[in-house]
Amino acid sequence: MTQAFRIDNEGLINREKKLSFKFNGKTYFGYEGDTLASALLANGVHLVGRSFKYHRPRGFFGAGVDEPYAIVQLYRNGETEPNIKATEQELFEGLEAKSVNCWPSVNFDIGAINNFLKIFLPAGFYYKTFMWPKSFWYRIYEPFIRKAAGLGVASTKHDNERYEHKYEYCDLLIAGSGPSGLASAYAAAKNGAKVILAEDKARFGGSLLTSDVNIGNQSGKDWAEGIIAELKTMPNVVVKNRSQIFGYYDHNMLVMSEKVSDHLPATKKYHPNKRLWYIRAKEVLISSGSIERPIVFGNNDTPGVMLSSAAKEYLKVYGVLVGKKPLVFTNNDSGYETAIEFKKHGIDPIVLDTRKNPVSEIIDEAKNLGINIRNSYVVVAAKGYKKVKSADIANISEDKKVLSKIENIQCDCICVSGFWTPTIHLASQSGNKTKFKEEIDAFVPGQSKQNEITLGAANGVFSLDETLKTSFKAGSELSKKITENDNEIAIPNVVEKKSSKHDKFWCVPLPKGKNYKRFLDFQNDVAVSDVEIALREGYRSIEHVKRYTTLGMATDQGKTSNLNGLQLVSEIENKVVPAVGHTTFRPPYTPVSIGAIVGREVGKHSKPTRKSPMHEWHKKNNAVFVDAGVWLRPRYYKKGNENLFEASKREAKNVRTNVGVCDVTTLGKIDVKGPDAAELLNRVYTNAWLKLPVGKARYGVMLREDGIVMDDGTTTRISENHYHMTTTTAQAANVLSHLEYYLQLVWPELNVNVVSTTEQWAGAAIAGPKSRDLLQKLFPNSDVSNEGLPFMGYMEGDLFGVKARIFRISFSGELAYEVNVESDYGNFMWEKIIEVGEEFNIQPYGTEALSTLRIEMGHVAGSELDGRTIPYDNALEGLVSKKKDFIGKRSLQRSAFIAEDRQRIVGVVPLDKQTSIPEGSHLVKDDKAPLPNPKLGHISASCWSVEYDNPFSLAILKDGKNMIGQKLFAMSPLKNKVIPVEIVSSHYVDPKGERVRS
Amino acid sequence: MLYINCPHCGMRSQNEFSYGGDATVKRPVLNKEVSDQEWDDFVYNRKSLRGKHLELWQHISGCRQWIKVERDTATHEIFRTFKADEEVA
Ligand SMILES: [Zn+2]
Repeated sequence: MTQAFRIDNEGLINREKKLSFKFNGKTYFGYEGDTLASALLANGVHLVGRSFKYHRPRGFFGAGVDEPYAIVQLYRNGETEPNIKATEQELFEGLEAKSVNCWPSVNFDIGAINNFLKIFLPAGFYYKTFMWPKSFWYRIYEPFIRKAAGLGVASTKHDNERYEHKYEYCDLLIAGSGPSGLASAYAAAKNGAKVILAEDKARFGGSLLTSDVNIGNQSGKDWAEGIIAELKTMPNVVVKNRSQIFGYYDHNMLVMSEKVSDHLPATKKYHPNKRLWYIRAKEVLISSGSIERPIVFGNNDTPGVMLSSAAKEYLKVYGVLVGKKPLVFTNNDSGYETAIEFKKHGIDPIVLDTRKNPVSEIIDEAKNLGINIRNSYVVVAAKGYKKVKSADIANISEDKKVLSKIENIQCDCICVSGFWTPTIHLASQSGNKTKFKEEIDAFVPGQSKQNEITLGAANGVFSLDETLKTSFKAGSELSKKITENDNEIAIPNVVEKKSSKHDKFWCVPLPKGKNYKRFLDFQNDVAVSDVEIALREGYRSIEHVKRYTTLGMATDQGKTSNLNGLQLVSEIENKVVPAVGHTTFRPPYTPVSIGAIVGREVGKHSKPTRKSPMHEWHKKNNAVFVDAGVWLRPRYYKKGNENLFEASKREAKNVRTNVGVCDVTTLGKIDVKGPDAAELLNRVYTNAWLKLPVGKARYGVMLREDGIVMDDGTTTRISENHYHMTTTTAQAANVLSHLEYYLQLVWPELNVNVVSTTEQWAGAAIAGPKSRDLLQKLFPNSDVSNEGLPFMGYMEGDLFGVKARIFRISFSGELAYEVNVESDYGNFMWEKIIEVGEEFNIQPYGTEALSTLRIEMGHVAGSELDGRTIPYDNALEGLVSKKKDFIGKRSLQRSAFIAEDRQRIVGVVPLDKQTSIPEGSHLVKDDKAPLPNPKLGHISASCWSVEYDNPFSLAILKDGKNMIGQKLFAMSPLKNKVIPVEIVSSHYVDPKGERVRS
Repeated sequence: MLYINCPHCGMRSQNEFSYGGDATVKRPVLNKEVSDQEWDDFVYNRKSLRGKHLELWQHISGCRQWIKVERDTATHEIFRTFKADEEVA
């Protein structure tokens, strides 16, 4: 195997370990330590994709997170992931990747026709063209755009990878392991501070891996290795590579995505694919470095045009030449560093420097090496379609406006350096108002907003010596504040070459008669001409220009395009760049997998599952479960081939004829204790509570302050100062918070304590005409007769040695009881009830039958207490005290709440006594009326009445009081049903409450 | 995510708390004659302040106490926190 562009004796890759991989179906080889990008370049592959809009051929522009367009679809271990930067994806054995944005193939792409139709796709094109005619959108435009655009395909399969979340706290969080990150981490660690050092790349060291500097008589790279090795041994330090801090949120909470497994062929057993860290830091040091800025020129998106820093990194880190006839185009000394590295490896670069006569140590070195340097020269345009073949270059006048002596020279790559842009995203996200630094033509962080400080190149400091000094100092001082240790560290001496001032030049003018595309934003295909159009059409705010042209949008977030875009706007608008201002940086800095954000909270783990103590019994007895909030409740118990309808009908019928038992453990239960307990109940419930005797239960309704019903339930006076309150399953947590609110904030003088006891008690409702006979057998020593335990009575009993609470309450329209025992005895209680109940033909019933029974008797539940109804609407006005005050009472005087034709609960029966009415159906007077047909009310709950053997529903109906006997239509456009109905009383069964009192 | 100093438990993350609205609203005392305007102001009318705001939070996954938090609604800066019965000076 030969790799035409790999050189010996350079790079940090492991040449002992060869890896094979596939790109667009073809097999290549690389080495351990390569990225997909470096391995492809080693094989001479520059064409990786097509651009977003014009489908122009695209190659590699950067070498890491700065890459705007080398985005691929990755295939790994049977899964696929879109939107992967080839420059960040580490190579592993068997890696497979494909180009995106091209169809049918990267070499022949139909969409590229966009590029040759000159009038096609300027700024705002989508907004202007695809709007008309409207009918074309769904049929033609959208499918075309969807096929032609996009950054890859999301998998539709279930993601089998595991993602973890981790919460961490530290004294100093340091973003970036370049010179400034290492220095501050080291100083803080020596002072005993808890430090987290995060590096997004696989290798630590940042710019030290590629720069020709000495620190403390070692190479920069060796110094970095030494520091990292020492930090790793310290117990107070966490050092993480492959970890991108992508968001800076409130109160110094930062979020980091750690790629645990992406560099491996498959995720190891028990390992996550990614780990998302939520880090709360006392101090945040942003050492995120800087990204090289492009210079804009004709066809500057041609494969082979790349940042000079990227070319240097491919050479120094991966031993890869990005070309053998390199042209370096620079406005500062950085380009020379790249040229020098080429020259050292036997390659002859040509340097075009926009400056007239620059002088510095670096330039002297380049001259001494015999590098061909042309001053006041620029690249006018790259030539070549799928790869740079040559370049038109020209002399440029001192005012940078006039090109002369245009000539074509051969080259196979163009390495561009337009100076450096500090990476200020994290500082900006923290709320820091950035400021423009004239000397470097870029924004740097201003006044710290949170506990953040930005150091080194990210702060616009490009001298290594100064960076190390300020970073050691910052690390030491910030940690001293926290740990009160002050261990002095000798600052190593630094050898670096001095550089000369850069040229503010950023865009090469078009030569006469030429119309080259000059790109600002490579990821979104935004050219100089697009921004010009936007400004011509009246877009002024940089935020508007961004949206109209898509400059700086999408996953790239303008990493390489931002400043050049601003330069252009400021030039056209004749404003200085800081007056134009930059667009807002928002997290995430780089794309984050949805899986990582979701973490383990998928499927059944998305919320806890609560089960009653009788759950196993239900399971064994063919219960079909339903989610009730976070609880699992039996919906029905399947017998033979029964369906839901048949089973629930059987169960409800058995309650009406014999006796049934239902698990009601899930009901919210709150212990209310204290001398003022009755007073509290009297204030939170609408009815009177001061005279409830011990051993009695009462049904109560509580309102919100706005008069809307919040919840209902029974509360029982267990002893003098002890009440047992029940709430609906859904509202249990809210009711507790509600009580705590009034006790702690509004009426702190009340001497009452409340605590949830939901989990402490298991509950079984026993309902039906034979329920008393059953109860007597369960509690042979208790008098459960109608006199001994009357309706709404309470007693304690002995259930075969287990202490039980017995409540005579009913929500089924039948004689009924509720038995509670401590949770651990729940299953014992249940089995005893079933066993003893056998002679009475007992059957368990689920929530469906429970619902049928309560609908038939007209007892309201969650579907009526839906946050929109007051007591009157639910026919509960009888429970509203006229004498005393209570929460929400004043609101009941509102005019809408006392209107004569106020909505009210009614019963609804279909005229044909056959057709079930879908819940949610609207009740209307005239089924043929033109739309929108005036709605008089809606069906809140439906069941099959087992008492009358026909469908029965509850509805909330306008003027319901006066509608009994009326004929209306129930309309459900969703189910395509129109059902003639009659309005009846909501109390279909036991309207006078005779059965429950029997 | 905010970092809230519960006066009972110390610094805790926002996800342990639930928000409870404006802490300066006073409920009219029980049994008092209240005008429509006064009642509407209590139940519905709230200022949407930009800047320092005294608000209620409940430490719902902690001590379950309702607390008062002085917070800037624009910057999210939290200045002080108080127990339910503490007077805010
Ligand atoms: Zn607390």
